[in-house]
Amino acid sequence: MSENLFDVTNVTLRFGGVVSLNDVTLHQKRGEILAIIGPNGAGKTSLFNSLTGVYAPQEGEIVFTNAAGKSTSIIGKKPYRVSAVGVARTFQASRMFSAMTTFENVKIGAESHRGLGAVGAMLKGPATRRDEHRSDALTRELLDFVGLTSQSNVIAASLSYGSRRRLEIARALATKPEVLLLDEPAAGTNPAEKIELTDLIRRVRDEMGVSILLIEHDMKLVMALAERLYVLNFGSVIAQGTPDEIRANPAVIEAYLGSSDVSEESK
Amino acid sequence: MIHFFSSHFATLSHEFWPLLVGGLATGFIYAMVAIGYTLVYGVLRLINFAHSEVFMSGGFASFFLMKWLIGSSTPNATETVLYLIAGVLVGGFAGAAVATTLERVAYRPLRRRNAPKLAYLISAIGASYFIFNLAAKEFGRINFAMASPFINHPLFTIFGAQVYMYYVIILIVGSIMLVSLDRLVATSKLGRSIRAVAQDAETASLMGVNIDRTIALTFILGGFLGGAAGYLYGLSFGVVYTMGFTPALKAFTAAVLGGIGNLRGAVIGGLLLGVVESMAVAFVNGAYIDVVAFAVLVLVLLFRPTGILGERLGRTA
Amino acid sequence: MKNFFSSPLVKRVGAMVALWATVTVMTGPPGNPAQPALGFTSSFSERVSFFGLFPTPRGVLFAALGLILAGIVVLYRRILHTPVQRAKASIVPTYQSISAKRSVRGSWYAAALVVAIMLPHVVTDPFWQSAMVSQIAIYTLLAIGLNVVVGFAGLLDLGFVAFYAIGAYVTAWVTGALPIGAPFHHVIDPFWAIPIAIVFVMIAGVLLGVPTLRLRGDYLAIVTLGFGEIIFLFANNLYGITGGSTGTNQIPFLSFHMGPIKYLWGLDPAPYYYLTLGFVVLFLIIFSSLEHSRVGRAWVAIREDEVAAESLGIYPLKYKVMAFAIGAASAGFAGVITASQTLFVSPPTFSLTFSINILVLVIFGGMGSIVGVVVGGVVIQGFVVYMIQSPPAWYNPADLYMYLGALLVVMMIFRPAGLIPSRRRLREVLQVESGVARDQLTTHMGPHNRVEEDLA
Repeated sequence: MSENLFDVTNVTLRFGGVVSLNDVTLHQKRGEILAIIGPNGAGKTSLFNSLTGVYAPQEGEIVFTNAAGKSTSIIGKKPYRVSAVGVARTFQASRMFSAMTTFENVKIGAESHRGLGAVGAMLKGPATRRDEHRSDALTRELLDFVGLTSQSNVIAASLSYGSRRRLEIARALATKPEVLLLDEPAAGTNPAEKIELTDLIRRVRDEMGVSILLIEHDMKLVMALAERLYVLNFGSVIAQGTPDEIRANPAVIEAYLGSSDVSEESK
Repeated sequence: MIHFFSSHFATLSHEFWPLLVGGLATGFIYAMVAIGYTLVYGVLRLINFAHSEVFMSGGFASFFLMKWLIGSSTPNATETVLYLIAGVLVGGFAGAAVATTLERVAYRPLRRRNAPKLAYLISAIGASYFIFNLAAKEFGRINFAMASPFINHPLFTIFGAQVYMYYVIILIVGSIMLVSLDRLVATSKLGRSIRAVAQDAETASLMGVNIDRTIALTFILGGFLGGAAGYLYGLSFGVVYTMGFTPALKAFTAAVLGGIGNLRGAVIGGLLLGVVESMAVAFVNGAYIDVVAFAVLVLVLLFRPTGILGERLGRTA
Repeated sequence: MKNFFSSPLVKRVGAMVALWATVTVMTGPPGNPAQPALGFTSSFSERVSFFGLFPTPRGVLFAALGLILAGIVVLYRRILHTPVQRAKASIVPTYQSISAKRSVRGSWYAAALVVAIMLPHVVTDPFWQSAMVSQIAIYTLLAIGLNVVVGFAGLLDLGFVAFYAIGAYVTAWVTGALPIGAPFHHVIDPFWAIPIAIVFVMIAGVLLGVPTLRLRGDYLAIVTLGFGEIIFLFANNLYGITGGSTGTNQIPFLSFHMGPIKYLWGLDPAPYYYLTLGFVVLFLIIFSSLEHSRVGRAWVAIREDEVAAESLGIYPLKYKVMAFAIGAASAGFAGVITASQTLFVSPPTFSLTFSINILVLVIFGGMGSIVGVVVGGVVIQGFVVYMIQSPPAWYNPADLYMYLGALLVVMMIFRPAGLIPSRRRLREVLQVESGVARDQLTTHMGPHNRVEEDLA
């Protein structure tokens, strides 16, 4: 019975001879905005993939505890099961359903967990219709939340980068998760979009009560948002703490090859 | 139950060496066709469904050549060698020609458009049906026996098994072609281009590799071997417009068995499949032999889809 | 020299020459075993005359036709293209917004239904009446089913014919027509073979699907192809069970007997036609509501990006198996109808070629588009039947698959979305080709459909 949302203990992930995650231990508290930073190739996305069931680490444990207190072990579960447990994610390279509209993209997220199967779908009975109304309402709500209502009927492929990020977030939120894993949400966005994104992420946690676990390279954004950070390098955790602690940590500075990186950008 | 199997095992042990030799010969043919699949998979990540028709074309082209050269006469020793070489070359060139045309007509337009994988598959199926039905229309729908440039007598005996001339020819031709290809891919500039494109086409093109040309040459290489295999196959089984279907399916199994994208794997897969299939004759009713190869395919895909040597793209082993 | 060959004009002319040669040979006289080159040479040299006048060698004729066509295209591009595009720009959006309205589409469908119902009264030729059922209606039904598998779920099932075969054989079995006799020695009305066959077929679909649908596209295609071949092999060789290569011709007429209601189908194809039509309409309604349900959307999501779909809680295998089973059900049903109309079942029908034939209908009509597939089925199969019944001089029915094969390639190159694409599929094709594709040359998809490099 854990108070933490995620308890990652001594996780090691190997691909053939390559060690992607090396004895990683990490904890996320319920309701916090936690960030994972580190140079490219440090294993951040591998960590995400392990948390969502895409990869199964050979050693260690990953335990997710939901708000009701139920703990589930993540390792060995397939992604669709992990999603059902309450973990949602976005991807580094925006993976929308490009030929569907914004609305349809989010709706798919809304429908995926509950509802009847094929028979119900075919017969279009009252229960199915109720479900559809529910997912439609949730979709509209989320699109409004992320500010995409005006683009509801636009084909997802024609959305701007910033809009695509917001769409992915809305879609992930449609699965009613307890934690949202964001993989480099600010990559490729311009400064104005970054500010909106920071604001949105904070609102997700504040207004929707969804905890945030975030990978980012943009130090400004990370330092502004994160309440705690873990720093990964070559698959190992080299530091953890509050933004101030991390800024001053010599190991982190060294890993980023030069002090100006970390301390300048966060001013 | 044991009694049931014991009679089969008795047959197997009695016939072991002949079955092994025969299996290896068939295996070489499978290997040569499997190379075509594996090469194309390596550079395009797709299975050239229509490779069966490359095989068939090689068979028919060399059939006509043999008919013209030999007719019903009996060649002497020098002529035998010359005709064999000619048959392999003509079969190979015909196969290469059909493969190139396939690439140009059925695949390249799709590549230009970034078409989804499904489109290539469907196009390949269509092309395959077009080609063999065209062959049926132009050449007739019967099975033609190929004029043989040699007399198939046993050359020598190993462990009581008579090794026929036919098997020796296949072993020699097959080895030469497979080893040449291996050397070509490992050491030549073309080989390097192929491996580069197989690993990372975008970077390869940035490094100056002409992707279109490399792909075209890959098809030519695979087509040449497939066509030559058609000739060798036709020497024993004759040629018919449907001759591509089953052997190609088995060759594909061999490619997957060895690890698709892996050249040496294709060879090992081919030999292994040939031998397994040959040995299975002792256990399985003739009509169901094809099912054996098929069962191997299903089992490999279900339990070890990366094959024996593993999928290794861009590497030769 | 190299530049000469790669200049666009030369390439275009080269392509046209190649096309001319191909079409001339395709439609030309056949060769024969003794004179293999005859087909090729006479395709170009054989003289064709119009009403006994102007005998011209075929080669010249086709060249002339080609030049005329090329001329027309050039003229069109120069003169008519812009005005036509402008006209299109003003008409098409209006047309699209009108046809998007359900009421308008509904009235088209109603009209089509009326035509379909009236057809047996308009077409009285017995050959055509029978063909309408056994060829057109059945093949269209099969196409609708395959459309669910290929079009909705994006799975290339080359062994689709196996489900058709199972439906037919189950019918033979429960009516006591097989050597092994009816189950429990109780022969039942062939009509009740329908639900039984559907159950069997769906079980087969699940059994085949669960282990194989984890595989990626090309492997799946080959495995399903093999499954179809295996079913054929067993049907062909198990004389004691299936009647072997001769099959069975003991199947009784379809009959329905429940309480006071009694109906016996007979030799007249019209009742079979109406029965099939009724089920076609039923399947159309069911599949259409499926398409626009969460299941249909899940299929699109899986087709577009399986990894993203799974991260949202969609279990890809479950939905793929569902598609398989549903497609199989319609094929099984078609098998029952065929068996009870033709009164016999035999293995030669159940070949890979048959699956390919159905695939052509789906691709030509528009994969993923129910309307498209129905139109494709009726048009192509109707055309095929016509060509068998009254073939023009240059057509040999044995060459059918040569033409169908060429059609597949042409469709994939020029109009992959099909004749009447579904609106969504049209969007998808446009998106993928404008470079938003994930299936780039460098993406490695492992055997289980996972884009590994992307996630690293």
